[in-house]
Amino acid sequence: MKELVIVSGKGGTGKTSISAALAFLAPQKVLVDCDVDAANFHLISGAIIRETHEFKAGFEPRVNEKTCTHCGICTKLCRFNAITNGVITTPLNCEGCGVCAFNCPDHAINMQEKQAGHWFVSDTRLGCLIHAELGLAMENSGKLVSKVRQEAKKIAENQHLPLIITDGPPGIGCPAIAALSGASLALAVVEPSASSMHDVKRLVDLVSHFDLPLAVCINKSTLHSENTQDLISWCDHNAIPIAGQIPYSNIFHNAVQSGKTVLEMPENSEVKDSLIKLWHNLAARLDLTD
Amino acid sequence: MLISIASGKGGTGKTTLALLLATAYSNITLVDCDVEEPNCHLFLQPEWQNPSREVTITIPHVNSSLCNGCGTCSAVCLFNAFAISGKTALLFDELCHSCGGCLLACPKDAISEEQKNIGTLMIGRAAAHPGIHLVSGVLQVGTPSAVPLIKKMKQETANLTGDVLLDCPPGTSCSMVTAVKDSNFCILVTEPTPFGRHDLELAMNITRLLQIPTGVVINKSDAATGDEIIEALCESRQIPVLAKIPHSLSFARQYAAGHISDEFRTVSSSIWNQLKTERGTTK
Repeated sequence: MKELVIVSGKGGTGKTSISAALAFLAPQKVLVDCDVDAANFHLISGAIIRETHEFKAGFEPRVNEKTCTHCGICTKLCRFNAITNGVITTPLNCEGCGVCAFNCPDHAINMQEKQAGHWFVSDTRLGCLIHAELGLAMENSGKLVSKVRQEAKKIAENQHLPLIITDGPPGIGCPAIAALSGASLALAVVEPSASSMHDVKRLVDLVSHFDLPLAVCINKSTLHSENTQDLISWCDHNAIPIAGQIPYSNIFHNAVQSGKTVLEMPENSEVKDSLIKLWHNLAARLDLTD
Repeated sequence: MLISIASGKGGTGKTTLALLLATAYSNITLVDCDVEEPNCHLFLQPEWQNPSREVTITIPHVNSSLCNGCGTCSAVCLFNAFAISGKTALLFDELCHSCGGCLLACPKDAISEEQKNIGTLMIGRAAAHPGIHLVSGVLQVGTPSAVPLIKKMKQETANLTGDVLLDCPPGTSCSMVTAVKDSNFCILVTEPTPFGRHDLELAMNITRLLQIPTGVVINKSDAATGDEIIEALCESRQIPVLAKIPHSLSFARQYAAGHISDEFRTVSSSIWNQLKTERGTTK
């Protein structure tokens, strides 16, 4: 079973639109939305939630009012200014480290597992989708990303599906790290803009850290032809294959507006052809016979 | 006044708006809190003050001559940052939250603390806009949490009296909250699409939780198809739409090339005018 992870370094380059187009073209697959902070794949694929699961991660302190003597030791020891004399004053500051609980002379504080979000299994017209929603202001998004990938793997194995398509999170931090580790191929979606070109270089550092095969897809390639040329030479120079170039088009915006993939839209064969070419390239790189 | 610019998701135009607002104003500090992917400097071409500063976090150090591998540190560490190997404790420093719990718990006093570098902080003045003071941070690739670096950058502006703009990281998790927290006003940038609406709602939940006055700017505004889904959401939450930035291919082309064009100057001055009222109430 192969796993294709679509990443970008920065947001807004078209990861979800391109993931959805590839999901439309790939015949047998499981889909994963790893952008647990701002999941959108369910909107474009018409997801109907079949299973909802709670995601617990990390801990939070609970103070027993009856035994707390408000001695202030917790305040002295807490490095995050989250607790004052036995009262959790700024819960958003709490890291859940347990220093207050373990060092309370009256054993008035205990640590409880924290509800940190949900993950879902949904049916969509493009296939089975695993997605998630991180609770507000929660950390551990890396853990939730690992969780949805794990569940997708189970489903792919049970149903003998050869491919997992993962719509990755933006950035290069813990969710991106969690989405990339152990993948078969990372596809970086890059725009020919100063920002996107800057960010992809940091992404390449991260991917090489994991020793993963990487390919680039240049999205909105006609937006700035000089930058596109620079990007091509940069990829050549660094021996990074370019799996596809998608011209700039309003069709992406229109598709999102109507909740469809670009390939389900009536117009613009140029964009569609370039996406089909991208899929064939990726399928060959992943050794999938389609 | 501390004004944060956030959006729930990436690519909606946070950096664009931050630059539009900064360049329309004569004396301002812009803090690029998107330390995973900082981009403001690409447009402002700042002359960095030397030297840039290394930002560190405190992590434990195990003195293996004192450690007997009793496992107390690993038992109290709720982040699983310790493993016991034979007669000594091993630290996985990328999991450490610097809480100091292990230090307090170790019965052999075998744990001390040391500093670990997680990124760099730079300060500069924009070459073409000397009124803009830029604070930028770069997180080291492979560092899981941006929070300590963002905190450090915000501390940098704590004593300033003028207006400070924060270009926040995307999402609604800990880095975004760290950046938005304590601001006097938060501008949420969105696109008029179902994706934009979905993520805007999540971001609005955060500013409500933090009790920060909030306004919305619709970027790539498209009267024909999408604005009304955003306007309806804003109305139901009683959050004002401060401005609309029309979709413009020429602006996008200039942006791709690393320039902020003057095309939307009136939009930025209108937003500043609306912020004046807020400024009167906060300082």
